[in-house]
Amino acid sequence: MRRAVLLVFIAALLAAPAAAPAFWITLLNYVGLYSIVALGLVLLTGVAGQTSFGQAAFVGLGAYTTAYLSLNYPAVSPWLNLVVGMAITGFVALAIGFITLRMKGHYLPLATIAWGISIFYVFGNLDFLGGHTGMSGIASLSVFGWELRSERHIYYLIWLIVMASLWTTNNLLDSRPGRAVRALKGGLEMAEAFGVDAGRLKIVVFIYAALLACISGWLYAHLQRFVNPTPFGINQGIEYLFMAVVGGAGSVWGAVVGATLITLLKQLLQSWLPHLLGREGNFEVVVFGILMILLLQRTRDGVWPWLSRLLPGAAPRAVSAAAALPGRARPHGMAPLLVVERARKEFGGLVAVDELSFEIRGGEILGLIGPNGAGKTTMFNLISGALPLSGGSITLSGRQIGGREPFQIAELGIGRTFQHVKLVAGMSVLDNVALGAYLRGHAGVTRAALRLDRREEARVRAEAAAQIARVGLADSLHATARSLPLGRQRIVEIARALAADPLLLLLDEPAAGLRFLEKEQLAALLRSLREKGMTILLVEHDMDFVMGLTDRLVVMDFGQKLAEGRPADIQRNPVVLEAYLGAV
Amino acid sequence: MDFSIAVLLAQDGVTNGAIYALLSLALVLVFAVTRVIFVPAGEFVTYGTLTLASLQLGKSPGTVGLLVGLAGLAGAMEVYAAARERTWHRLPRRLAIYLLVPLSIAALVHLLAPLTLALPLQILLSVAMVTALGPLLYRVAYQPLAEASVLVLLIVSVAVHLAMLGLGLWYFGAEGSRTPAFTSASYRVGDVQISGQSLLVLLFSLLVIAALYVFFGRTLYGKALRATALNRVGARLVGISPGLAGSLTFTLAASLCAFSGVLIGPITTVYYDSGFLVSLKGFVGAIIGGMSSYPMAAAGAFLVGLLESYSSFWASAFKEVIVFTLIIPVLLWRSLTTHHHEEEE
Repeated sequence: MRRAVLLVFIAALLAAPAAAPAFWITLLNYVGLYSIVALGLVLLTGVAGQTSFGQAAFVGLGAYTTAYLSLNYPAVSPWLNLVVGMAITGFVALAIGFITLRMKGHYLPLATIAWGISIFYVFGNLDFLGGHTGMSGIASLSVFGWELRSERHIYYLIWLIVMASLWTTNNLLDSRPGRAVRALKGGLEMAEAFGVDAGRLKIVVFIYAALLACISGWLYAHLQRFVNPTPFGINQGIEYLFMAVVGGAGSVWGAVVGATLITLLKQLLQSWLPHLLGREGNFEVVVFGILMILLLQRTRDGVWPWLSRLLPGAAPRAVSAAAALPGRARPHGMAPLLVVERARKEFGGLVAVDELSFEIRGGEILGLIGPNGAGKTTMFNLISGALPLSGGSITLSGRQIGGREPFQIAELGIGRTFQHVKLVAGMSVLDNVALGAYLRGHAGVTRAALRLDRREEARVRAEAAAQIARVGLADSLHATARSLPLGRQRIVEIARALAADPLLLLLDEPAAGLRFLEKEQLAALLRSLREKGMTILLVEHDMDFVMGLTDRLVVMDFGQKLAEGRPADIQRNPVVLEAYLGAV
Repeated sequence: MDFSIAVLLAQDGVTNGAIYALLSLALVLVFAVTRVIFVPAGEFVTYGTLTLASLQLGKSPGTVGLLVGLAGLAGAMEVYAAARERTWHRLPRRLAIYLLVPLSIAALVHLLAPLTLALPLQILLSVAMVTALGPLLYRVAYQPLAEASVLVLLIVSVAVHLAMLGLGLWYFGAEGSRTPAFTSASYRVGDVQISGQSLLVLLFSLLVIAALYVFFGRTLYGKALRATALNRVGARLVGISPGLAGSLTFTLAASLCAFSGVLIGPITTVYYDSGFLVSLKGFVGAIIGGMSSYPMAAAGAFLVGLLESYSSFWASAFKEVIVFTLIIPVLLWRSLTTHHHEEEE
C-alpha cells in the first residue's frame, strides 16, 4: 500500500512538466533543491541530534565552485566540477566537524553560524568570484549529450537526484551505520559501549549532510546560470533548518514535506503580506519565527508523523535465514578471564575505589555487592571504560583495558547493560539488539547507502533474532523496544549485549525495579547463559537475587574489598554483617 | 601604521570591546541559568538604540506596541495556567509582574515621549522599555519549553531572532539611526587624543560589570540565580522557582543588551538588522569563555573588539571574516583540551 502511494507520487512528479505552468515548474525545481539540503539536516538534526545553520554555505560552495570552473575552464565538464566541489565541501566539513563535534552539541551550531556568515562575506569580497554582483553566463548541464537548457528539462535531473538522495538516506538509516547514528541521539555512552566511535560517526554524518547541500548548490548554479552571495547567507541557512524541523526531522519524507510547505508559505506571504501591511519589506520572517515557536511548543516532530498516520502502516521486514556471523575465540576452563589489580579511582580528594584487586574466572557468575556509596558502580565504570583509572591495572585475557576508550574495550570482548535502561527510542527490539552486533559487521556509510550491505545485514539480523529468541522474547521481535514493560526492556538489553558475542557480560543492577516473577525469570536466564559457558559480572543491591544466583561474591565498602568468597560464607561473615547492619 | 594610529585603533577596539563585553556577559548568564543560547540579544541591542532614537525625535517608539502585545499574551498565559492548575492565589502577583509593570512602563514611555526630556532621562526610559521585553519574551517563548534540549531552545532562539528582526523593520523602518554623543569632551595625553565618549563607555561598562558582581555575590536573588546555574534540580528543591529564575535572568540580560545599544548608538549607525552581527561578536567572546566563565568571556569580548578594529584598518572588507575565524583556534583549543565524553543531555 505504501509502495502504491510512492508510485502515485513518482507518477505525479513525472507528469508535472507536461501539465503544470512555468511558474509551478520553477517552484517545484526550488522545492527539489531545498529538499536535498533539508534531507541532510534530517539525518544530522533529526537522527543524530546535531545541527547546523551553515548548510546554505555548503550550497554556496557547490554553486561557486562550478560557476568559477565553468566560466574559467569551459572545456571541463560540469560533472567534473561537481566532483571538485564535493571534494572542497567534504574537506571543509571535515575540518569544521573535527573541531566542533568532539564537544557538546551547541558548539557545532554556533560554529556553523560563524562559518555561514564568514563565507557570505568571502564570496562578496573576492573579485575573482565576482564580488557582490556575482557571476553570470554559467553553462547549462548536459546529460549524455542532451542539453538541459530549459527549466522543464533540468526539472527531471533535480527530482531524479532528490529521489536518489531519499533512497540512499533511507538505506543508510536501515543499516549497520544507520543504527549507530540513531543511537547517538540518546547519549553517546550506550553507542560507545557497543563499539561505535561516536566522534568519528558524527563527523561522517556532518560530511554527508554537507555533500548533499553541495550537490544542491551545483544544480542551483546550472539552473539559474548565475550566482551571487545572497542565497548562501545565514538567513537561508536558518530557513533550511526550519524546513527540516517543520517537515519532521525524524523521517526522510519530512525533508520534502518541509521544503514544500516553507517554499509555498514563503511564496504566499511574499505576495500577500505587502498588500495586507501596505508596506514592502521582509516581513514573512515574523510569521516564520512565530510559527516555528508555536510548532516547537506544540509538537517537536513536525508535520510528517501526522501525515504518515494517514498512510497505511508498513509491515515489518521478516528475518531471513542466513549464515551465522563469525564468533570470537573463547578461552576454555576456569582460568582467570578478568583480572583487576590494585585498581584506584579518585574524584578530587575522594577515593571511590581504593586499591581493589579481584579476578573473574571463566564461566562463573561473580557478584559485586556492597552498601550504598561503596564504589560498586565506579568499579563497574572502570571496567567498562566509562571512567578512566587513576591507578592500578585491569586486564581481560591478559590484554590491558585501562586507558582505552569504551568502544575499544567493547572490541576486546566486554558486553554490558545499563542501570537505567538505554534502548533507542523509535527502534524495534530487533534493531536495538542488532546494534549490539555492530562490531561484528563491517558495512560503512557508502556501502549501506548503496544497499551493497544486504548479505551482511541479513546475517546481523539473523544473529539478533537468534539472541532475542535465546532470551525468550521471540514474540516481541518487531515491537518498539521502549513500549515493552521495564522487565522485558532489561532482557532486551541483555540480548543486545549477547549479540556482541562478548567474553564477559557486565550487568549493572539488572534486578532493580523488577517484580518477583520477573526476577525469577532473569535469574533463570542468567543461569542458562552460565551453562553455555558465559562469564558474568553482576553489580547488584538485591541480596536474595545475588545469593541464589552467583558463584562467588566480592563485597566492597568505602572503595575497598571487605570480603570475597562463596555466597553462603559471605552471609555469615561478621565484617560484612557489620558493614550492612551496623554492629550486632 | 604609526604609533598614533595604533593608539587610535586600540581606543576604538577597547570601546567596542567594552560594549561586546556586556553582551558576552548577558549571553553567558542566560546560557548558564536557562540553557538558552540567546541569539536575539542583537535585537535587544538594536531595539535599545532605535527606541532612544525615536525618543530623541519626540516620537513614541514602535516597541511600545510590542510591549503591550507581549504583556497581554503573557497575562493571558498566566490566567490560563492558573485556571488549569487551580493556582489562583498566585495569579495576582504574576499578573503584577507580567501585565501591570510592563503596561505601566509602556504607558510612561508613550506619554513622556512627546516631551523630549533630557538625554539621561530618555536613556533611562529606553533601557526600562527594552528591559521589560526580556521577562515577557521568556514567559511567552521559552518557559513553555524550559525542559527541552539545548538544541530545541537554540532553534526557538533563532526563530525569536527572526521574528524580532522583522518586527524591528516594521517598527523602526529600514533607515539607520545614530544617537547623539553623551559628551563632546576630549582629552590630550601626550600625542594621543582620547575622546570623552570612549572613556564614558568604558566607565559605564565597568560600572555595570561591578554592579553585576555585587548582585551575584551579595544579594539573595543573585545567589539564587547562581544556584540555578549550578544545579537546576537542586535549586528547585530548595524553593527557587525555575520560571522566576528564567524571568529574572532575561530581565538582567535584556537590560545589559539595552545598555549596549545605548552605548553603541553614538559610535555607529544602527539599522534594524545590525544586531545579529553585534550579538555574534558577543558570542565569540562568550565562546572564548567556554559559555561559562564571566571574566574570560569579558576578556574575550575585548579581544574581539581589538581584533575587529585592527583588521578594519588592514583588510576592512574581511573584518567580519577575521573576527569570526577567531573562534576556530579557540574551539580547536577547547576541543583538544576537553575530554570528549561530555554527555549530551
